[in-house]
Amino acid sequence: MSKLISDKTKQVFLGPLSKNNPITVQVLGICSALAVTAKLMPALVMGISVTIIVAFSNVIISLLRNTIPNRIRIIVQLVVVAALVTIVSEILKAFAYDVSVQLSVYIGLIITNCILMGRLEAFAMGNKPWESFIDGLGNGFGYAWILVVVAFFRELLGSGSILGFKIIPKSFYDAGYSNNGLMILPPMALILVACIIWVHRSRNKELQEK
Amino acid sequence: MNTNKNSYTLIYAVVMVVVVALLLALVSSGLKEKQNENIALDKKKQILSSLRLDMSGQDPAALYDKYIVKELVLNSKGDVLSEKRGDAFAIDVIKQNAKPLEERQLPLYVAEVDGQTKYIISVRGAGLWGPIWGYIALDDDKDTVYGTYFSHESETPGLGAEIATRDFQNRFIGKHIMNAAKEFVSIAVMKAGKVDGTRDQIDAISGGTITSKGVQAMLEKSIGQYEVFLKQ
Repeated sequence: MSKLISDKTKQVFLGPLSKNNPITVQVLGICSALAVTAKLMPALVMGISVTIIVAFSNVIISLLRNTIPNRIRIIVQLVVVAALVTIVSEILKAFAYDVSVQLSVYIGLIITNCILMGRLEAFAMGNKPWESFIDGLGNGFGYAWILVVVAFFRELLGSGSILGFKIIPKSFYDAGYSNNGLMILPPMALILVACIIWVHRSRNKELQEK
Repeated sequence: MNTNKNSYTLIYAVVMVVVVALLLALVSSGLKEKQNENIALDKKKQILSSLRLDMSGQDPAALYDKYIVKELVLNSKGDVLSEKRGDAFAIDVIKQNAKPLEERQLPLYVAEVDGQTKYIISVRGAGLWGPIWGYIALDDDKDTVYGTYFSHESETPGLGAEIATRDFQNRFIGKHIMNAAKEFVSIAVMKAGKVDGTRDQIDAISGGTITSKGVQAMLEKSIGQYEVFLKQ
């Protein structure tokens, strides 16, 4: 095990969770962060699906990296991602029909997620399969936790619930509190992501531009 | 090996496409049966939803067998073409809508709820972004609405998509599709404050005007096909 998780691999895994986060530092995958974070549940499923797909497409591309013709490498990456996404969505349709009806749009959206192409091109094309797998997991989780935090606040303040359960007690509403409709709209996701970036940069001074 | 040669690139692309196509075809055909089962089960659930049953925790297939006592295939003249169970359920409404009215086969589900007969009609139309569909349950006078179910493919969440909520669907309960002279007039979906006058109406969804109009047109067209039967 000690050989499997060397210092470098650890760095590959932990980097994207904070100092090299795909959303807050690399600013990739913002589009889907806006689309699926109005409620917590789709954000969770999206985070998990992206993690699985980025990890496995990283491995596949890493295995093929020495055979892929340079001129069509983007196409090859795209085909691998699209095939994986299609398989995941077919499996969901067969074994979790209700979930797939709710999420079909989001699952299809994974193909267009910039994190996937970014990681395939920047990491998997030049690294061994095991490290690529870890890199995929790290970036997937780095993406997922931002989504979950944003979705948590948007659902809490926008709908007064968490995972569909009412959290804000009725007495609050009676006293004049009302849900913030702005939270449901996409621009609020950008503002929340910006708040996370603000906190993140003030704690990690080396990320600040001069 | 030179991976930059044209011939290599070409062969690589062809092999990749064939392998991926085979893989996807395998997955798709392997899961087809299971997916079709799910789709049929979902259709049964939708039909039952128009009866306003509490289905939580119960098997929809068993409930369907219990409540739906007859499945009829009708034509637009009101004749019964088939009473065999499964025939009406298997009808693809999309394909039927492509035919001229006289040739269409129309599914009708006859349900029994607490000893009373209900007729369930399948409706389908267009919303703002894509198809909308649903089921309407009528009381045994073939006039009063007992319950409705609507769904959609891609209406705007929070606006047009609200037709899929119970709140909207329950607005139809107790409305009449015939006027006092027993002529078929359907039900109007009107902006709050506006009055149709010639027929029963319900409130449209604010911000979902085109989807609301789509529901109104869908009801007129789809229920209209059953007009002769409903007057019998």
